[in-house]
This record gives sequence, C-alpha cells and structure tokens, in this order.
Amino acid sequence: MELTELAECVTSLSCLVTQSAAGLTIGMLLFLVASGLTLIFGVLGLVNFAHGSFYMMGAYFALAAYGVTESFAVAVLAGIVGAALLGLVFERFLLSRIYGQDVLMQLLVCYGIILILDDAVKIIWGADFRSMGVPDSLRHPPFIIAGGVVPYFYAILFAITAVIAAVLAFGMGRTRFGRIVRAAAINPGMVGALGINTTLVYASVFAIGAGLAGAAGALSAPIRSVVAGAGVSILIESFIVTVIGGMGSIGGALAASLILGFTRSFGSIGFPLFVEGAMFIIMALVLILRPSGLGGRRGS
Amino acid sequence: MSELLVEGLDAAYGASQVLFGVSLSVERGETLALMGRNGAGKSTTFKAIAGILPPRAGRVMVRGVDVAGQKPYRIARAGIAFVPEDRQVFPEHTVEENLEIGERAGLGGREWNRARAFEIFPMLAPLRNRMAGRLSGGEQQMLTIARSLMGNPSVLLLDEPSEGLAPLIVREIGHLILRLRQLGTTIILAEQNSRFCLGVATSVAVIDRGAIAWRGSVEEFRADPAVQATYLQV
Ligand SMILES: Nc1ncnc2c1ncn2[C@@H]1O[C@H](COP(=O)(O)OP(=O)(O)OP(=O)(O)O)[C@@H](O)[C@H]1O
Ligand SMILES: [Mg+2]
Repeated sequence: MELTELAECVTSLSCLVTQSAAGLTIGMLLFLVASGLTLIFGVLGLVNFAHGSFYMMGAYFALAAYGVTESFAVAVLAGIVGAALLGLVFERFLLSRIYGQDVLMQLLVCYGIILILDDAVKIIWGADFRSMGVPDSLRHPPFIIAGGVVPYFYAILFAITAVIAAVLAFGMGRTRFGRIVRAAAINPGMVGALGINTTLVYASVFAIGAGLAGAAGALSAPIRSVVAGAGVSILIESFIVTVIGGMGSIGGALAASLILGFTRSFGSIGFPLFVEGAMFIIMALVLILRPSGLGGRRGS
Repeated sequence: MSELLVEGLDAAYGASQVLFGVSLSVERGETLALMGRNGAGKSTTFKAIAGILPPRAGRVMVRGVDVAGQKPYRIARAGIAFVPEDRQVFPEHTVEENLEIGERAGLGGREWNRARAFEIFPMLAPLRNRMAGRLSGGEQQMLTIARSLMGNPSVLLLDEPSEGLAPLIVREIGHLILRLRQLGTTIILAEQNSRFCLGVATSVAVIDRGAIAWRGSVEEFRADPAVQATYLQV
C-alpha cells in the first residue's frame, strides 16, 4: 500500500482540494443512483436489482442523443427521460405484479430485466466499449484552488448533481406530492381511502427512481466507458450506500454516497488495490455499530 | 335521491361470508347510527361500501351512481369518506400535512379546506405543526374526522369514534358530530355505545349477524326496549 502517499496528501492543501473535488463528484453521481434505489424500496417495498440497468440505459440514451445533437444538455435530458419512461414500462407490465412478494421473486424478475436490457443494448449499439468523451463545449482549463486542480467538467457535474439532489429534497420534503409519497410508503391503504390513486403514485415513484439512475448514467457517459453490463458495479455500490445510509433514507444515502466517493478518491492514492475492500469494511462496521444505517430508524 | 343507498350487500373474508344482503339508505343531512353487537358486521359494512373489502354482491349508490366493486380511491372520489376504527393518522406527518393529503374538491364542492377544518375543530389549530403520531387518542380521532372531510364527501362513515377514549373526550366528539350535523353533513356512525350515539343520531339501523334487523327513528328506538334487548344487550 501507499499509505505514506496518503499521509502526504492529507497534509497538503492542494492534494486535499484535488481529491475532495473528485470525491464529491463521484459521491454525488453515486447518490443519484442510490437515492432512486432507496426511494423505490422505501415506497414500493421493492428491492430493484435492475436499478443499475437504468443507469446503463441512461448512458446509452445520452450517447445516442449526443450523437445526433452534439448537445450535452439534450443528452442528459434524453438519459433522464428515456430511463424514466423505460422504468414506467417495466413497472406497469412487470414489477407492479411483484410488489409485496418475497425478495427471491423480486430478484428473479429483476434479473430478467437486466438480461433483457443488456441484450437489447448489444443488439442496438453493439458489444464494444463506447465513450462520449467530454463535449468540446465543456472543455475548459481546470480551476486551480489553493494549488489543487479541479477539472472544469467535474465542477459542472457537481453543480448539476447538486441541483438534482436539491430538487429531489424539495420535492419529497416540501411539496404535496412528496408528502403523499411518504404517506403511501407507510400506509397506502389509508392514502387510497382519501381518494388518491396509489397505483399512479407508485408508477411515478418508480419512474423518478429510474430517471435518477438514468441521470447518473448520462452524466457519467463522458468520463466512464459505456458498455453492456455497466450497471452491475454501480448497483453493488448503491447497495453498499443503502446499507450504510439506511434503506429508505434519502439523507442517509447522501451521507453514505459522499463517504464512498471520498473513499474512492483518497483510496486511489493510499490503497489503490483495496478501494472496494475498504467500502465493504465501512459497510461491515456500520452493520456492526448501527445496523439500521446512518439515516435509518433504530430497531427497524 | 338518497345520498347513499346500499342494497343487498354481500361480503366475505375468504370463504366465510359475513354480510348477507345488507340494505341501508341515508338522506342528506341525516345522521344514522348503525348499531350492533361485537362482530355483527358494522365495520365490514363500511369496508364493503368503501371498497376496501370489495362486496360479492349488491349495489352501493352514491347520489344515484353505483360504485360497488370500484377501487377505494374511486369510491372516495365519488363522495364516500371512511374513517376506520383504528384511526390511521399518518404518524410522521404533521397535523396540517395530514389534512393536506386529504384535501380535494368533491362533488359537494370546495366548502371544506384546512382553514375551515381549524375553525370547526379548534382543538387542532394549536397542534397544526405537531407530528400526528404524538397526538393523544382523542386528538387523533378529531384529526381523522377532519382529514376525511377535506375531500368534501357526500357521506361520512365513522367507525366507532368513541372507542377507547375517556368519557370527557367522548363527549367532545359527540359535540363535534352534532356540529357537523348542524352544518348539514350526512353521517353514518357505527357504534356499540348506545348512549353516545343516540345523543347525536337522527335515526337508527340495527345490524345483527350480517343483516339489518331493525330500522327507525331515534324516538322509535328509544320507545322499543325489545329491540335493544334482542339485538344489543349481551
Ligand atoms: N379480517 C377478517 N378476516 C376474517 N374474518 C373477519 C375479519 N374481520 C372481521 N371478521 C369477522 O367478520 C364478522 C364481522 O366483523 P366486523 O368487524 O364487521 O364486526 P363489528 O360489528 O364491526 O364488530 P366490533 O363492534 O367488534 O367492531 C366477525 O365475525 C368477525 O370475526
Ligand atoms: Mg368494528
């Protein structure tokens, strides 16, 4: 391990700034995926093992839209809307039939969706690695803050993810729709008895969750390779986030995503071969010390 | 036209049939007490009307429209507000948010809204920002009644609002129901506590083993001790 280099980094302001900027951006992208996963679980009681596939589809939709329009804004919108609509289709025709069933059944159906989407991607776009590359319009010199390097595109990504996170927090916490969603998570029967169409609420929540994953996929397309099966590793990290943050807690998911983002950025200096291992160790520690997660209720 | 007309309602939990052709009707402004022993079928009648337990047979006409067998949210929108026995406030929402979730224009118009709820239920006003899970049982009961009115329903189904509450609180709920009656609200009140419901109702229906056994005004009911002896006393 290169722990001495890690020690040097955390004592040097420039290195701290560089790695923190990367950690924040990685963490926020992870948060978009994990918040959708936790939202869908919290409201629908569904462990969406296919969540990573919506991330992947978001990346491909963005790639396709970018190829046509050369506009990153359009690409991101295409990723969000495309993944949300696709999520809606799968929710209506498949997943809504397995709400409340045991996790094994959910795993089976979701695995089916993963296979379908992976193959669809290979048929439509081929099996090769693809990359969007950072769009020319967003290629600018990095910001230099206290000697640290903050790539311009990372700053853009952080700003977009922060806005999406703020909209999500506002929507869930401060709007009537958000209050209905939270009530439906606890007592759907009573929400229905008050004249609210819970089927519609469920479908919207799933579409929002899939759209968040799609947003992360689209935003990552310029900096990560886009390939069939790309959803798996982000899915595993999202599960680690929900364990650390507490299943169903969006605030917990934010804290956990940032912890993992920093683990990744600083770990790449201090223990590059053990980054994933470190994530699992953090997860194990949380499970031992606070089994319900950082944002979860004790005893639940 | 009756606000609510129920005809020949059959309902069952799995294989065990509980309602056998229940028929009822309430006119606008009426407060009907639905009385019956433990297990007679009061709550089941409400659940069947509200669509929570879809009936096996029968009609549920709300202002002339048959809603039997529709989804609960559609029946609620058609004008039926159901306040279940166990209250079911949203515990992690504030009082005001609980009311907001129920807020909807009904066929009866937009007469009810949060401001009006706090006016008619003044005890809720100082609690508006408190989590509903932290309210007392009586306050929760008030809140569920107020919340169900937010949808501007044609008929309010109240399932044992006095259950498990201290006598003083029961009196307060009684006053409230009288106030709603003065405002012209149409109510069906399921109760075992006959002193409580005779004080607030205008008419009485007695249910026994899943069928309506007696029907009349409160005065007729009081004048007929045989009915009480046969169907209500243990
Ligand atoms: N969920 C259920 N599953 C099976 N049987 C039920 C269920 N709920 C009620 N029953 C049965 O249906 C019958 C009617 O019950 P219901 O709850 O309608 O009575 P009730 O008049 O409301 O009684 P109470 O005064 O105790 O509330 C009873 O025999 C009861 O055991
Ligand atoms: Mg009952």
